[in-house]
Amino acid sequence: MNARTSAQNSAGTGAGTGARTSTGTSTGTGARTIQGQKNLQDIRQSSKDGIGGSPLRPDGTLKVRGEFAYSSDMWHEDMLWGMALRSPHPRANILSVDISEALAVPGVYAVLTHEDIPGAKYYGLEIADQPALAIDRIRYHGESIALVAADHPETARRAVKKIKVEYEVLTPIVTEEQCLDPETYGYVHEPHEYKSHAYGNICHEQKLVSGLGVTDEVRALADVVVSGTYEVGMQDQAFLGPESGLAVPAEDGGIDLYIATQWLHVDRQQMAPVLGLPEEKVRLTLAGVGGAFGGREDLSMQIHACLLAQRTGKPVKIVYSRDESFFGHVHRHPAKMYYEHGATRDGKLVYADARIVLDGGAYASASPAVVGNAASLGHGPYVVPNVRMHAIALYSNNPSCGAMRGFGAVQAAFGYETQMDRLAAELGMDPVELRQLNAMQQGDLMPTGQEIDAPAPVAELLRRVKDMPLPPPLDTDDLDVRLLPGALSNTSHGEGIVRGVGYSVGIKNVGFSEGFDDYSTARVRLEVIGGEPVAMVHTAMAEVGQGGVTVHAQIARTELGVEQVTIHPANTEVGSAGSTSASRQTYMTGGAVKLAAEAVKRELIEKGRRRYGWTQQDLTLAGGKVVSESAGALVSMVDLLGEDAIDLTREHHHRPTVPFDKETGQGFGHVQYTFCANRAVVDVDVELGLVKVVELTAVQDVGKALNPLSVVGQIQGGCTQALGLAVMEEIIVRDGKVRNASFTDYLIPTILDTPPIPVEILELPDPHAPYGLRGVGEAPTVSATPSIVAAIRNATGLALRRIPVRPEHLTTERPGEL
Amino acid sequence: MEFLRPATWDEALAAKAEHPTALPISGGTDVMVEMNFDVHRPPAILDLNRVTELTEWSNDGEVVRLGAAVPYSRIIDELSGPLPGLALAAHTVGSPQIRNRGGVGGNLGAASPAGDSHPALLAAGRDVLVEAASVRGTRLIPIDDFYVGVKRNCLEPDELIRAVRIPVADGPQQFSKIGTRNAMVIAVCAFGFALHPRSGTVGTGIGSAAPTPRRAVEAEEYLRDVLAERGLWESGELLGAEVIQRFGELVKAAASPIDDVRGTADYRRHALAVMARRTLTWTWNDYRKQIRSAA
Repeated sequence: MNARTSAQNSAGTGAGTGARTSTGTSTGTGARTIQGQKNLQDIRQSSKDGIGGSPLRPDGTLKVRGEFAYSSDMWHEDMLWGMALRSPHPRANILSVDISEALAVPGVYAVLTHEDIPGAKYYGLEIADQPALAIDRIRYHGESIALVAADHPETARRAVKKIKVEYEVLTPIVTEEQCLDPETYGYVHEPHEYKSHAYGNICHEQKLVSGLGVTDEVRALADVVVSGTYEVGMQDQAFLGPESGLAVPAEDGGIDLYIATQWLHVDRQQMAPVLGLPEEKVRLTLAGVGGAFGGREDLSMQIHACLLAQRTGKPVKIVYSRDESFFGHVHRHPAKMYYEHGATRDGKLVYADARIVLDGGAYASASPAVVGNAASLGHGPYVVPNVRMHAIALYSNNPSCGAMRGFGAVQAAFGYETQMDRLAAELGMDPVELRQLNAMQQGDLMPTGQEIDAPAPVAELLRRVKDMPLPPPLDTDDLDVRLLPGALSNTSHGEGIVRGVGYSVGIKNVGFSEGFDDYSTARVRLEVIGGEPVAMVHTAMAEVGQGGVTVHAQIARTELGVEQVTIHPANTEVGSAGSTSASRQTYMTGGAVKLAAEAVKRELIEKGRRRYGWTQQDLTLAGGKVVSESAGALVSMVDLLGEDAIDLTREHHHRPTVPFDKETGQGFGHVQYTFCANRAVVDVDVELGLVKVVELTAVQDVGKALNPLSVVGQIQGGCTQALGLAVMEEIIVRDGKVRNASFTDYLIPTILDTPPIPVEILELPDPHAPYGLRGVGEAPTVSATPSIVAAIRNATGLALRRIPVRPEHLTTERPGEL
Repeated sequence: MEFLRPATWDEALAAKAEHPTALPISGGTDVMVEMNFDVHRPPAILDLNRVTELTEWSNDGEVVRLGAAVPYSRIIDELSGPLPGLALAAHTVGSPQIRNRGGVGGNLGAASPAGDSHPALLAAGRDVLVEAASVRGTRLIPIDDFYVGVKRNCLEPDELIRAVRIPVADGPQQFSKIGTRNAMVIAVCAFGFALHPRSGTVGTGIGSAAPTPRRAVEAEEYLRDVLAERGLWESGELLGAEVIQRFGELVKAAASPIDDVRGTADYRRHALAVMARRTLTWTWNDYRKQIRSAA
């Protein structure tokens, strides 16, 4: 097992540091095992900027200096500005739309409604239930009704205001009770409009029964039962770069779109039918992405900009304002969850019964996948012999919800981890011990019947996180107000401060599940440029900040033994790379780059065999040469390649999965599992209800850290986003209307809210994954939130069944003692 | 939209007289946000950035004349001695970038109940004067008369804020603000407090808990009387839990907050009482130290 520890400010402990105690099958560092053969080792030494190293991001300095070109910075000669008219009502009938006054505004080139759409009128990520522009009905606050293209954004804004819409305002369907009683409260979509598995106002549901399920007989086996209802507010991805892109009409009647997105090909797949174009005439190129976190999985302005460009024959740019951005993308599903756990007196789980209700809002988006995750991961990383689970996503007139980092698993983790703490309290056990006692490990079965066939070091992660040294207690003699709850708001000089500690662990799947073949494509080209062998990596992977551009170059260096790697702009000229989501890109597109590079390597070596008649079987590429373990360096790649280029494309498919059975939830549904454990230390001002997270420790198994610095960054970022959900981040919706569509009132953590985040990385290789790696980005977002709430409970003794925890919940609206 | 850029104060006053609906802009930390969110589209903008005297301050030993556009970062760096309450409030404004641009004049012009300066200005005493100027002349408006409604002040359409005159602190001052995160946050509620030993009075200011920034008058009077009747200014003895508690209750009673996305009315009242008790305790402890070291 390889272990690395790094404190927040010395995150870049490179490969080779830390204790390597056993089972290191790490592919890229094979040279390390050759002892006493100094010269040979040098020959075969892979680049320090290959996998396992921590080369810096190519775009890092640009971003820090404010010089990186984001999608909102694009400009084209003769460009128009697009803007949408959005509904102020969450539910209404549109009686009429009058665009004549808007069209008459000087500088306006086009005003479009759904009647102007040349192709299909509906699109969607999983279910095509969303109109590109509203057709007769409004289903959520902020739904787009009409589009304007004008020569200046201010002109467009004025024209939008001149579009006259006559509404018949209807009472929105917003609560679970209302959604589930459509005969009384109405349908979000008409019954005949429901597609896929949807019915009533239920977008998707998944049941799961394992063991004996949960019956009276099973309940009778438990000595102790805890149950409770838990609630998760609507979190937003809150990426800093608003939705934006530039659509340029092409001479062939097609369109070129430069766009910040998470998945170029699925954007195109949804766009082409609406634009009435074949897919090959819709060409997408990735523009600079300012964060995503799931919020760019769905389309935002893609179709709108293209429709306007088609109509006007001019390039059209759309950039959302900050408030529009809050209406322009889906959010994390808010959840109401009922959990009941039974255990024996010695702490062994007997059963888990759960019902998870997710509000999907007006349109399906990723709701089916979110439900699948909630149902299949909603018991946590524990062995539970008997499980009954029912997860549903509702259609409502609330804002649409879909993908956000850790979806389905994040909500559930708050439920099951709170239950674990309460169960431990009920049994008088240490909460970490209770978790360890029930922790799943390799060889155990998920409640879906799927065997965990890769390392699942849940108990070990908990042991390590608990063994990490605790931060020192608050020094009351030498107070730094910045370190207290409230910080420079100067609310306490030590009064009312109580420290609390909490633990949690979580599980997340990696990659797309339930039978989805989300393959990735990579093209690798090797040639000599300027007297040096240079590899070019071309994929359609959306770099949204996760560091794929860094990792792809590392993989090419390791596999091809070159130093110089260029990354081709991501576009649809190459095959799909799948989505930058579900913690899958390094696994999937990284895996495709590896396959393509290996193919290039084989072809180059074959070329050498043909030319030089090599017979050695141990040939590889290193240091710009073809080398042999037995014969040393044979020829430089420059000489061998000459004027030729080797240019190969490969697809990478993960092992197949199957959909879960609708009634029993059984099935080999997930590609890979990933685990993270956290410890949170908080100081709470118990009189004012203000919280300062003092430290948030994470221990995560990453299989293999291809770039340890990036891995630590991902884990720290995931923890910070989890912190936001724990104590501040929520879109507040009242009667279907969003009340805080701004960064003034939708708060995300600042640096003063973000504590030191010590990270310990385990590297237990997954034999099914390239290099043994495990997706990294989501697990900490799943696991960290419950640890923070547990720490606040520890400090206050309050039950805290809802997140985010607000100051009111700790003071004037105390929800009850534990 | 017209964009006016006067080079001098006289030109600014003339422009304002000619364009009374023009919205003055200096740091732009409030005006630009409102414009970006399309809340406000004034017919004209009056840019005061070329009028350099607005970023100057002077101190005659009795009163600080604080130029309307002196940024918060300079208030923190240069004026935390004479204006400790305002400097503490300045610390809580936005981010470093915002503090480099924003100033008290903008806070007064916007007159938002959530403006961070207001509680500190109110607490600094009834002698705080807003210096409003127009081509007709200069008015000195007592701070207590300045705020007249939600985001409304008593300026005439042709007037601009030139400066604020704030008495130099003659005793300890404090400022506390509640936000749901630890920086860069609009006040859920805020409280400013000052001891004025020379006049035997105390000052309070409540932010974000009423339609306007307001003073907790009964709390001030109660404490003034207790301090006088018990000779505490002279003795520097402890106030006692009962006085502190009562003061907190009176501050709480002075607020008339609402429920909104930032917090509930109940919480705001509760938090004001806590902040009132704590700031009173801190300032009184400082005052006791002062008179002991003087003795």
